[in-house]
Amino acid sequence: MNEQRLRNLTLLSPAVLFLAAFILAPLLLMLYVSVLERGPFGGVVWGSHTGIAYQKLLYERDLLGRLSFNSDYIAIFARSCRLAAMTTLITFLIALPTALYMSTLSRKQAAWILFLVTIPFWTNLLVRNFAWILILRGGGVLDTFMQWTGWVTQPLDILYTPLATGIGLTYSFLPFMILPIYVALERIDPSVIEAAFDLGANRLRVLQRVVLPLAMPGIIGGAILVFVPCLGAYVSPELLGGGKSLMIGNLVQAQFGASRNWPFGAALGIVLVLALLLVIAMAALANQHKKRVSR
Amino acid sequence: MSRHKLLSSRINATVAALAILFLYLPIVTLVVLSFNDNDLTTIWTTVSVKWYLAVLQNGDILRATKNSLMVACAATFFATCMATLAALGMVRISRGPRVLLEGLLGLPLLVPEIVTAVALLILFVLIGFPLGLTSVTVAHTVFCIPFAYYPIKSRLAALDQSLLEAASDLYASPRRRFFRVELPLLSSGICAGALLAFISSLGDFVITYFVAGPGATTLPIYIFSLIRLGVTPEVNALSAIFLFASIVMISIAFVLLQSISEQKKPKGAA
Repeated sequence: MNEQRLRNLTLLSPAVLFLAAFILAPLLLMLYVSVLERGPFGGVVWGSHTGIAYQKLLYERDLLGRLSFNSDYIAIFARSCRLAAMTTLITFLIALPTALYMSTLSRKQAAWILFLVTIPFWTNLLVRNFAWILILRGGGVLDTFMQWTGWVTQPLDILYTPLATGIGLTYSFLPFMILPIYVALERIDPSVIEAAFDLGANRLRVLQRVVLPLAMPGIIGGAILVFVPCLGAYVSPELLGGGKSLMIGNLVQAQFGASRNWPFGAALGIVLVLALLLVIAMAALANQHKKRVSR
Repeated sequence: MSRHKLLSSRINATVAALAILFLYLPIVTLVVLSFNDNDLTTIWTTVSVKWYLAVLQNGDILRATKNSLMVACAATFFATCMATLAALGMVRISRGPRVLLEGLLGLPLLVPEIVTAVALLILFVLIGFPLGLTSVTVAHTVFCIPFAYYPIKSRLAALDQSLLEAASDLYASPRRRFFRVELPLLSSGICAGALLAFISSLGDFVITYFVAGPGATTLPIYIFSLIRLGVTPEVNALSAIFLFASIVMISIAFVLLQSISEQKKPKGAA
């Protein structure tokens, strides 16, 4: 037994030590930096603790040193949450029928569609968002097509709006919603669905009362997989959103670039992680609750 | 073998078709436009490969590609080694520590990229680690570990234990058993994991952007700077090449993963 334990420890230690040093420690360090004072030329003043970075989220100090409420950052957080939530909802509305369709196919056919769905996810995120620039920009592919059909005569001007960011996010994370829902649907025993039909339920009722409840863990999983990267997205809002639809990710980046306010950037990162932990905890609770109810 | 046939409906099939169309429309658009002769990128004139030639002759692009490949190879190697050992070490560990360890191994995928990027930047600056290709490699190894770990873990779970027992019964030493039986059996999982790690390292932008520092330009960083300057046909061609390379690699990984799930099936049926 002891030998086994020693063996496991030896095998696990490289990965564990590496990740402890280069992901766990940096996160804790970030937490510490968020309560430090900002250095005069960027960086931080070590040992000088302050909560000013967190205060900055809500209040700003004017030239006379008075604190006044500042809703700018709250607005960016709200916009990020809204965009992430909308993206999650839209990907769900596309993914559910798609996954349902896949579950009616044979395993082999479904594997092919699964492959088709996965490919775009593995291609470069920048390249995928860049492709949308080509489509959405003024005089781009979409404009040319719409004017050719004669449906519109004016340019649509979608690029550099929150809508463009939303399209980019939906595109980037749709596979994350399809996969877990499909996996959950695949696990449902076909005889349960058959039984529901035999007992006289119509298609909608079967979907509502049998399929959706059984697929709920997959739906919740998909929602987390989409919402989490969306809330911290950097590439889509940066390339497609333009200046008016900044998200948290861009705000964080700015603190380490032009603004040179590391404690504030670290604080934003901490708030982002806390917000995501809250969402995941809520999803886990919902899942647990559902399990109890269905029992 | 058709499963939930009763649920089939025309609406679902239509949405699925539209979803696939939505996923591929931008990719196809990009590839088509990359063969456009015209400078204006969206006005079609004639087919031409001149932008591909321009990409191949651009020294900056070749340097960036070399940097990307070096980082991806190194990060994949380190991450796959650590992930393989970790997967082997995770057998017969009690539930409590296992949850914690699995959590740590999955942490790089759970934390938003931007947060990992910032946290690593702070660490590197604090300990005086010079920002360059080495810091990028370390950062990539972090998020490559989970990508490599999961396929190896699932291959290990599908492993037929009786083969290992047979090896021992035939007097193979533990060392010989590992190198001659266990490792070859795990190889499809290790290859799939390494490929996934390689693809994600090659494609990473956000984390690299923070920890690269000047001089360590990788391909995504270079593409980003080009896009910032404006849309040029050269970016189309470069992106199309990148796209093609990713599709080839993911296809190989998919075939490997597919073979793992097929090996799993008879065991599940028994």
